[in-house]
Amino acid sequence: MNVRSEHALTFFSWLAAGITAAAVFILIAYLLVQGLPVMGPALFFGDTPWRAAVMGAEPVFDGIYPAVAGTFILIVCSSLIAIPLGICCGIYLAEYARGPLKNIFSFMVDLLSGMPSIVMGLFGFALILLMRRTLYAHANTSIMLSSACIALLILPYLIRMTQVALESLPESSRLLGPSLGYTRWQNIWHVLLPASSTAILSGIILSIGRAAEDTAVIMLTGVVANAGIPRSLSDKFEALPFSIFYLTAEHRDELELLRAFGSALVLLALTATIFFISYCIQRRLKRRWTMGE
Amino acid sequence: MLEKWVERALFVSMLFCALCVTAVFGFLVYFSWPLLSNVRGLAGIFSSVWKPFMGEFGILPMLAGTFSLAFLALVLACPLAIGITCFIEGLAPARPANAVRSLVYFMTSIPTVIYGFVSVFVLVPLIRDTFNQGAGFCLMTSAITLSLLIVPTMVISLETEMRQRAEEVRLGARSLGLTPAQELLWVLLPCSGRGLVVAMVLGFGRAVGDTLVALMVAGNAPVIPHTLLDSIRTLTAHIALVVATDSQDQAYYSIFAAGLLLFLIMALLTLLVRTIGGRFGQGGKRHERAF
Repeated sequence: MNVRSEHALTFFSWLAAGITAAAVFILIAYLLVQGLPVMGPALFFGDTPWRAAVMGAEPVFDGIYPAVAGTFILIVCSSLIAIPLGICCGIYLAEYARGPLKNIFSFMVDLLSGMPSIVMGLFGFALILLMRRTLYAHANTSIMLSSACIALLILPYLIRMTQVALESLPESSRLLGPSLGYTRWQNIWHVLLPASSTAILSGIILSIGRAAEDTAVIMLTGVVANAGIPRSLSDKFEALPFSIFYLTAEHRDELELLRAFGSALVLLALTATIFFISYCIQRRLKRRWTMGE
Repeated sequence: MLEKWVERALFVSMLFCALCVTAVFGFLVYFSWPLLSNVRGLAGIFSSVWKPFMGEFGILPMLAGTFSLAFLALVLACPLAIGITCFIEGLAPARPANAVRSLVYFMTSIPTVIYGFVSVFVLVPLIRDTFNQGAGFCLMTSAITLSLLIVPTMVISLETEMRQRAEEVRLGARSLGLTPAQELLWVLLPCSGRGLVVAMVLGFGRAVGDTLVALMVAGNAPVIPHTLLDSIRTLTAHIALVVATDSQDQAYYSIFAAGLLLFLIMALLTLLVRTIGGRFGQGGKRHERAF
């Protein structure tokens, strides 16, 4: 009886791993089979010459270049807001916060990381509604608003990554600075932050991946199907995840459907690259710690 | 001097984050207040009829949709997650185990919209043809897709927990001559009960909070589901749909109520994880000191 249930567990665990691996394999294989044939300059730029498209001289109508550009602008803007803020909060939580205040703040961060992204988008939407009623009647959703809301979405990951990176440093390097007469901040700045910089970097890269893939936030805060490349931060914009969603629901012909497959493959390639960079960094990190500095 | 200013600056940035969270909550309450503050409004929200053009703004069907979808996805994902964790934690040889662990981490980086996208073209026709009923955009399709999405969340949380336990018991188990399967089945799994609960709560939260899979494959019919092949609409998809279709003012108030509901559900789940996980963490530390 016991032996039988042990065998059953082994069989079951192989089955579970097999099912999941097969599902992911089907997902990627399907995207590759459907998406690879459409890869090429035409997918990105349509009929527009690529030089003119990249310089912004001519608009791109049936290519995904505006969506790619929109996603990149979104990543850059939201990172500019979230990374400094997230690292500061992480340092505060790891090194300065004590007692009940630390508990409260850390609960807030947990709350923020559990927040559904659509609620974050709704927050941005509400912000615009409020501004229209009070300060500025022409306020509208834009890439600026989307970046701010995405920044809020990735903030908790950055905070936790920084905090964990600092808190998991070995006691020896934590005591090194004070023993040389460093003050608290000197120790953080000259010893602790450099020692944990690789771990923090991998956290930053992971959160960039989150910023690239999220759809629900931008849906409510300014992404549209056809906007071209935003000329200012208060313009509407296109983004890869949204155009995948939009084209799936609203494609008018076979060509647009093919473009959806192309976009999906490009987005997957983007997030997979981001993932592998962070993965390699983490592996190197692990090796460093296990080799014992 | 510098010390003081740095500490102040760091404190202010932390305070700013906390204020943002409070602001999200405040905005949701402020905008749904016109409906929440009177009995008629409240009764209107918690009714099962959503007909915006007739002045009916009930979000109960969406609440039912959210919970049935999340629950079903959890039922599907739970055995998978346990199986994979056991696979990684000792049942498989090192090489496949590492490969599957990397795969699980990779799955976290696949965009949600891509899960939904592939599901629309692969799973939906499959379900439609197999059951020969409806359009294939239904509770079952979205639950299968969503379970794939929450498996990595659950495995990572469960594995972290189990590995800590394993370090404590492995020596004892090996000295008793237990095989890896015996160790997992009779020692590790029974003592990872709390870790399993945490993993389930996290997975459930992820399922409740997801928008895109539900929006793309669940069919979005605002009715309370009765069978697995019924089309459903979740709270998250509901918010996205109403904002996109730009209907009247009253409809807006009701989506803020839906947002508030989501906020409260997630706050409750976060609190739950903190209570269970917190006690657990302290227990682990006490152990360490004893050794």
